[in-house]
Amino acid sequence: MAISNEYIQQKLTEKFGDQVFHFEETYGMLSFEAPKDLNLKVMQYLYDEPSLGFKFLTDLCAVNYPDETGRELAVVYHLHNLVQNTRIRFKVFTSIATPDVYTASQLFSSANWMERETYDFFGVNFVGHPNLKRILNVDEMDYFPLRKEYPLEDQTRIDKDDEMFGRG
Amino acid sequence: MSDHNITLAEDAIERKTTTINLGPTHPATHGVFQNIMELDGERVVSSEQTVGYIHRAFEKLAERRPLYQVTPITDRLNYCSSPINNMGWHLTCEKLLGVQTPKRVDYLRVIIMELARIADHLICNSIVGVDSGAFTGFLYVMQYRELIYEIYEEVCGSRLTTNIGRIGGFERNFSNTAFTKLEKFLKEYPVALGELESLLTRNRIFMERTIGGGPISAERALNYGFTGPNLRAAGVDYDVRVHSPYSSYQDFEFDIPVGKTGDNYDRFLVRNAEMWQSMRIIQQAYNKIQEFKGTEAEVYHADVPEYYLPKKEDVYTKMEALIWHFKIIMGEVDMPKGEVYHAVEGGNGELGFYLISDGGRTPFRLHFRRPCFIYYQAYPELVKDSMLSDAILTMSSLNLIAGELDA
Repeated sequence: MAISNEYIQQKLTEKFGDQVFHFEETYGMLSFEAPKDLNLKVMQYLYDEPSLGFKFLTDLCAVNYPDETGRELAVVYHLHNLVQNTRIRFKVFTSIATPDVYTASQLFSSANWMERETYDFFGVNFVGHPNLKRILNVDEMDYFPLRKEYPLEDQTRIDKDDEMFGRG
Repeated sequence: MSDHNITLAEDAIERKTTTINLGPTHPATHGVFQNIMELDGERVVSSEQTVGYIHRAFEKLAERRPLYQVTPITDRLNYCSSPINNMGWHLTCEKLLGVQTPKRVDYLRVIIMELARIADHLICNSIVGVDSGAFTGFLYVMQYRELIYEIYEEVCGSRLTTNIGRIGGFERNFSNTAFTKLEKFLKEYPVALGELESLLTRNRIFMERTIGGGPISAERALNYGFTGPNLRAAGVDYDVRVHSPYSSYQDFEFDIPVGKTGDNYDRFLVRNAEMWQSMRIIQQAYNKIQEFKGTEAEVYHADVPEYYLPKKEDVYTKMEALIWHFKIIMGEVDMPKGEVYHAVEGGNGELGFYLISDGGRTPFRLHFRRPCFIYYQAYPELVKDSMLSDAILTMSSLNLIAGELDA
């Protein structure tokens, strides 16, 4: 028995008014957005409200939209109510100049490493994180590789000596 | 008697704890895992994991590859059960593209996925045996993993990193040899699994080594984002195959085994029980496949020429196939815009694919939800106050796969 998306939307709008917006349903999953200062309040509400009960953080990652000025980075949370078997997607946007988002690691222990990974690749600064340092890349790295400003190598380039890689 | 005395460093006796570096290439860790452990004698006081030794930037690579070229990347996540990753990826693409697969394809996929699950659990459980001192079981059951790999080989041509199937189905129909091998496996494997169980399950040494080692409560496990057998061992009956059925899993009858204490022994039992359930599923799927008659028994892919790469001989002989081949390879088929999250029950938990398409040829963003990356962070909590040798055992019983961890 899944919770209907309309019900979730109604409960959220009741609680947060027009602070939660951009409700849409993509491939059956409800997706919505909130200002980044509210991310913990929204997740805490989704966690505590008995009729919602989103107590499982499935996934946390970031997306870089270089063309959207002022909201270049999106932090995406996938939450799951395991009892009712309902998933939702929750997004907060932040500018790339001040990428500060509150950490969810106090609410979900699983967020700890996922936030470190997100920091590692996108440079999202999770305020209040107990141990925000790089996790998969080397500590000396001084850029955030998954941002769109770092394109992959042009496969048609010819200025490289490829003999060692069997392409020469 | 020599008068040469051993000279100890100053304060060596008084020093309370020792810090050791375990890994990244320690033979007992089965993969590139590094742990800095603080020990009091043999007891673990605290530990900190370092990950990322085989990070290969898959998420970045995927942003420049068309969908069908991402499949080989997914092989290298959990390489003990590559076919599940491949299928998970195909299913994600199919969800995005709106492709409906025929029932026979679903059942064939189920067979391959369950075989992969058995191969995955088989390695994990027999390695738990190895780490507790029983090497025999491991060597013995590897013969049966070999049978599984032979079936993969018959279906797709490769064994470990399989790159099996395509968007919409399989690259070719299963040959008769594949089915013969499957029958052989169905007949011989239960005997071997029974033998593995009788070797370990009620073995006094094994039980004493594993019971109570690395336990976790259901509540903590959920908070840590555990999924798969590790979560079920803690007593939560969450299984993606049942909760959000994909590839027609709703057509099969099987149980979700659960444990109670979430310790190493329960994880072992849950995996063993899951292998029996996988056998049930494979048998059912095989029976269903035999019910297809006539042309239906020849179906091995969905009819979606826009995405399904045509057969090579057709490309050389048929105009239509040549056009589609050209269009797919040259990237003239755009994806629809959209965001999709799709999860499958991988060998060690919920393997999710979060795919964002901006309507171009390649994913705008692809994120893998890798189960063992998420649950490995609970490791210091699991091994605190346990013996060093039990910490090793806990690591192998969590079924950590370095390739998936580091992506």
